[in-house]
Amino acid sequence: MEGRRGVVDPSSVPTDTIQLLTSDGTLVPDAEFEADLKKDDLLEIYRYMVLARRADLEGTNLQRQGELGVYTPLIGQEAAQVGTGYALDEGDWIFPSYRELALAMMRRIDPVDVMHLFRGTWHGGMWDPKEHRFAMYSVPIATQALHAAGFAIASKLDGAKTVALGCFGDGATSEGDFHEAMNFAGVWQAPVVFLCQNNQYAISLPLSKQTAAPTIAIKAIGYGFPGVRVDGNDVLACYAVAKEAVRRAREGKGPTLIEAVTFRIGPHSTADDPTRYRTEEELNRWQALDPIVRFTKYLELEGIITDEFKETVDAEAKELATHIRAEIVGAGPRPAHELFEFVYSEPSDILRREEWLLYEELAGREDGES
Amino acid sequence: MPPVTMAAALNEALRYCMRNDPHVIVLGEDVGKLGGVFRITDKLQEEFGENRVLDTPLAESGIVGSAIGMAMYGLRPVCEMQFDGFTYPGFEQLVSHLAKYGFRSRGRMRLPIVVRIPYGGGIGAVEHHSESLEAYFTHTAGLKVVTPSTPSDAFSLLVRSIEDPDPVIFLEPKRRYWIREDVDLKPNGLPIGKAAIRSEGTDVTLITYGPSVRTCQEAVEEAAADGVSIELIDLRTLIPLDLDTIMASVKKTGRAVVVHEAQVTGGFGGEIAARIMEDDFLSLQAPVIRVGGFDIPYPPAKLEDVHLPDLDRVLDAVDKVLNY
Repeated sequence: MEGRRGVVDPSSVPTDTIQLLTSDGTLVPDAEFEADLKKDDLLEIYRYMVLARRADLEGTNLQRQGELGVYTPLIGQEAAQVGTGYALDEGDWIFPSYRELALAMMRRIDPVDVMHLFRGTWHGGMWDPKEHRFAMYSVPIATQALHAAGFAIASKLDGAKTVALGCFGDGATSEGDFHEAMNFAGVWQAPVVFLCQNNQYAISLPLSKQTAAPTIAIKAIGYGFPGVRVDGNDVLACYAVAKEAVRRAREGKGPTLIEAVTFRIGPHSTADDPTRYRTEEELNRWQALDPIVRFTKYLELEGIITDEFKETVDAEAKELATHIRAEIVGAGPRPAHELFEFVYSEPSDILRREEWLLYEELAGREDGES
Repeated sequence: MPPVTMAAALNEALRYCMRNDPHVIVLGEDVGKLGGVFRITDKLQEEFGENRVLDTPLAESGIVGSAIGMAMYGLRPVCEMQFDGFTYPGFEQLVSHLAKYGFRSRGRMRLPIVVRIPYGGGIGAVEHHSESLEAYFTHTAGLKVVTPSTPSDAFSLLVRSIEDPDPVIFLEPKRRYWIREDVDLKPNGLPIGKAAIRSEGTDVTLITYGPSVRTCQEAVEEAAADGVSIELIDLRTLIPLDLDTIMASVKKTGRAVVVHEAQVTGGFGGEIAARIMEDDFLSLQAPVIRVGGFDIPYPPAKLEDVHLPDLDRVLDAVDKVLNY
């Protein structure tokens, strides 16, 4: 079949990965993609990556100490998130899965409001999605890609220039909602950028068992828009590629699927044991490609970063960790009446009755205790 | 007043809302040029254009999921599921997101989305086209569930549902699309969550909704000929449930029968029976009886008549509670 006239086959599509920084931090300009960033931007990107990693580490620590029920670490994926997020305008919307801490922080969401989700304080998160233009965390896989597509379709119908960023992982590409989101976005040529952080494993399942496609990026052509594969541990490449995708979207040229090739250094969640399904060698290989180490080397090689700046950011990171810890440790539950308050705009009679029953129940418990 | 079908009333409700509010859009399969397989969206695209009446790809999760994104942008999408049995691919978006987003966002992101679903049997359709799926939605906190039985209610309740800040599952009894009523279609102030007493009576309370209302009206007339006085309640809204109207009637009659097309086991009738019993057991002279479809997959068209609750099945139940 392959090679015959009229036949498309996987071997005929490019599988290149866009890279601007080699693993030792050397800048290798790309003819097609450029990171047109000023010194302040580069330092800001560095800052976001370092702060996100520290906040993320605090999430894992807090879970280990029993303060969070579970936590989904992002360590290793800072470049994919910060590089992409930096290409967005403030007014653009982000539709996260449940591992987008760096993107949340770029939207000035207090990481505490993310941790509260994992503490069991409230589902979805504690932030205001409209204020931060950051949708609630989405746990059912790939479902949020459709929200991003729908948002972008509405933006287009409205004649607006607002772009939606839909985030998901490699496992999500097997879900029906991935297909439907890509297809809807393609049909309307909607201003949406799909960011697939291909971190190689969906819990235990390696990419090779998730799909037989040579890359995730090539799936885009089936929906009538471009896909691009980028080194997800190279923050400059992630930015350059996202910048181009966002520009296209804003100019009315439609969606782009970005496959950021990266690695989940930590477990899927703190409840997971990656030693059961991946090797030490593989982990070591990817740890050597650490996105923050690489970017720092670049900034040092170019003489952009000073020790003083690094110390300032480290101090800010430490302060952030202290803040997270102070807010999360021992934090009490929300008042129980909120369970009834938010189900509908106005609680129904039956909900009000149930709320009353709960009050009586709680009052009874207090009487019993006294 | 000219006679209006329920289909025309629904069409007019959509037009009314789209004229009043530029944020209201309609999306679904074949809703544009064709006007929907039941013509409920007839000529809307002609009037409002392709940017407000969206023919979507054939994907129900896509319809509901993208409508959620559109609502987050600020639109008020009205989705059409082509048939009841084709709603299921959209279930994850309906249950995990549409129903829960207001709650998950602590009330900050309400999703004013209406999902219209033609439901129920009685039209001789092939499989997957005659399902009564209301219990899936009444069992899902965060959704409102509305189901009219007359053209005027269909108009008013659809307008209300579109104006409602919360997601509404709007179940349209497809075999009643063509019933006629002499009525001027204008908003009549009818809120979501208010049942109608279709017929006042003193002996038995008959509680039903949607497609079964007409069957029960016939039962009221038949019983009256035998000297039995039935009070007929058309719920119109299943969630939030108008328990006050139900209980006031049951207190008066002491007997209740609940009727729906859906299979009895796990059906909404069980919920109503339990509520009545919990609220006022002592006013009951007889157990509440549920009348519904059998606990079988919806049968082939040639056998649907034996499955659907008909006049006889309803009257038998009325006799049973009277002679308990």
